[in-house]
Amino acid sequence: MKELVCIVCPRGCTMKIEEKDGEYSVTGNSCKRGENFAKTEMTNPMRTICTTVRTAFDDVPVLPVRVSSDIPKNRIFDVMKEINKTTVTERISRGDKVIENVLGLGVDVIATSDILKG
Amino acid sequence: MLNCDVVVIGGGPAGLAAAISAKKNGAEVALIEREARLGGILKQCIHDGFGLVRFGEKLSGPEYAERFIDEFKKENITALLLTFVTRIVKKEKGFELTVVNTDGVNQIEAKAVVLATGCRERTAKQVSIHGTRPAGVFTAGTAQHYTNLLGQMPTKKCVILGSGDIGLIMARRLTLEGAKVVGVYEVMPTPSGLTRNIHQCLHDYDIPLYLSHTVTKVFGHDRLTAVEISKVDEKLRPIKGTEEIIECDSLILSVGLIPENEIAEELGVRIDSRTKGPVCDGQLMTSVDGVFSCGNALHVNDLVDYVSESGEEAGKNAAAYADRKRSYAEITLGDNISYLVPQRLELGADNSKTTVYFRSRKVLNGCSLSLKINGEEVFRKKYAFLRPPEMERLVLDFSKYELTESSKIEFSIEEGVK
Repeated sequence: MKELVCIVCPRGCTMKIEEKDGEYSVTGNSCKRGENFAKTEMTNPMRTICTTVRTAFDDVPVLPVRVSSDIPKNRIFDVMKEINKTTVTERISRGDKVIENVLGLGVDVIATSDILKG
Repeated sequence: MLNCDVVVIGGGPAGLAAAISAKKNGAEVALIEREARLGGILKQCIHDGFGLVRFGEKLSGPEYAERFIDEFKKENITALLLTFVTRIVKKEKGFELTVVNTDGVNQIEAKAVVLATGCRERTAKQVSIHGTRPAGVFTAGTAQHYTNLLGQMPTKKCVILGSGDIGLIMARRLTLEGAKVVGVYEVMPTPSGLTRNIHQCLHDYDIPLYLSHTVTKVFGHDRLTAVEISKVDEKLRPIKGTEEIIECDSLILSVGLIPENEIAEELGVRIDSRTKGPVCDGQLMTSVDGVFSCGNALHVNDLVDYVSESGEEAGKNAAAYADRKRSYAEITLGDNISYLVPQRLELGADNSKTTVYFRSRKVLNGCSLSLKINGEEVFRKKYAFLRPPEMERLVLDFSKYELTESSKIEFSIEEGVK
């Protein structure tokens, strides 16, 4: 049996996960999202990354970005390396892609602010 | 001279929500913000997790703020940026504010005021640590400003004192950018940040959390070179013989937030010693008629969703504000509640859907919140657990209790109730 804390929402439920013949049963969760999180966590933990990317503009030296959807937890630092290699050279908007399909993971790195638009 | 119905002080999430809601309820609104951009602290909170309650989405701070900024602009509300309030006076009718900006010194008149001035990071710890005064000792918010807005790494190897949420978030952020976070040290026996942040910010990155530990000394001439850590006893006093020296270039403080209420105090608003924010009624009006409070100026929230909610409530009620004679029933707190908002109810107002925010005093498993009126229990709600870092919210109908000025309204939390 494994115990873990759900990070899906601020409630932070403590969940217990039991494995039986490759099937996981979850208790202690308050909703379906918790159960899904627990099962993914046991097989292939996923996380999001929020960070910044350098820009070519003096007034806004860095632009906040995030991945468009969760990535495998063990690829976090690989994706960080890709983002830190990048410089934004156009005044892009919130939601615009900064890196498309980063490292072939099927997710984009997107801008999370309109700050470059002034 | 600018004339308006409602003036909102502060352009963070509380102020934006208050201004939009006041405008939608028919008021002419002006918002005053001291920084160059709207959004408040959310501008530098680039991590996600905002808006889960309100939008059912995990937004980053800028995304959350910009949804409100877009609406604020669509509503065509007057915003005075890079503007600072230097004086506020209550007149016979309404308020007169003196503001300073690049246009010079100007006056604003308003019928009602919404205080959305947010909170500040506690820095007292900075003063009480022994040793030299080198560079490299700063708050988690300062580290966040450098990293996320200026794109400058403030540290290569650091110790974090205090387990507040911003400290936990910064432990992860600095690690992602290649810094070494030696550990998070918390003087209390329980963490002060949200449980999920302990997991996703510390455990995910193998950053150790040491409870009942504190920094007792700092070393370094120009720049910090090391800190001394000690264990503390149950009275939070450092234990001799447990000292350990840790080399680092920075000590980052995440030791709590305090509502900022300088303007409120200037107006003579009564402050609650528990929340450190104004004493408010169910309409979020303070003890000074026509002055409303919301967001982190009212009490320190852990979720921005509730900051926006209180802003909307304050804005709506400020728009509807009219001078009349008011009387109140005070709310008292019994066992296990560290604070509760509102602190009193205005008897002439509609109290049928009053939003109540509270925190427990300690970690409680299996407990219930009880509301007694004149000694008789009228409401009870069970909780599987209550933790001080996690604020609770509920909506109550007080209109059915026939309250008077002498009504005794008491909330308490009972432990071990099945």
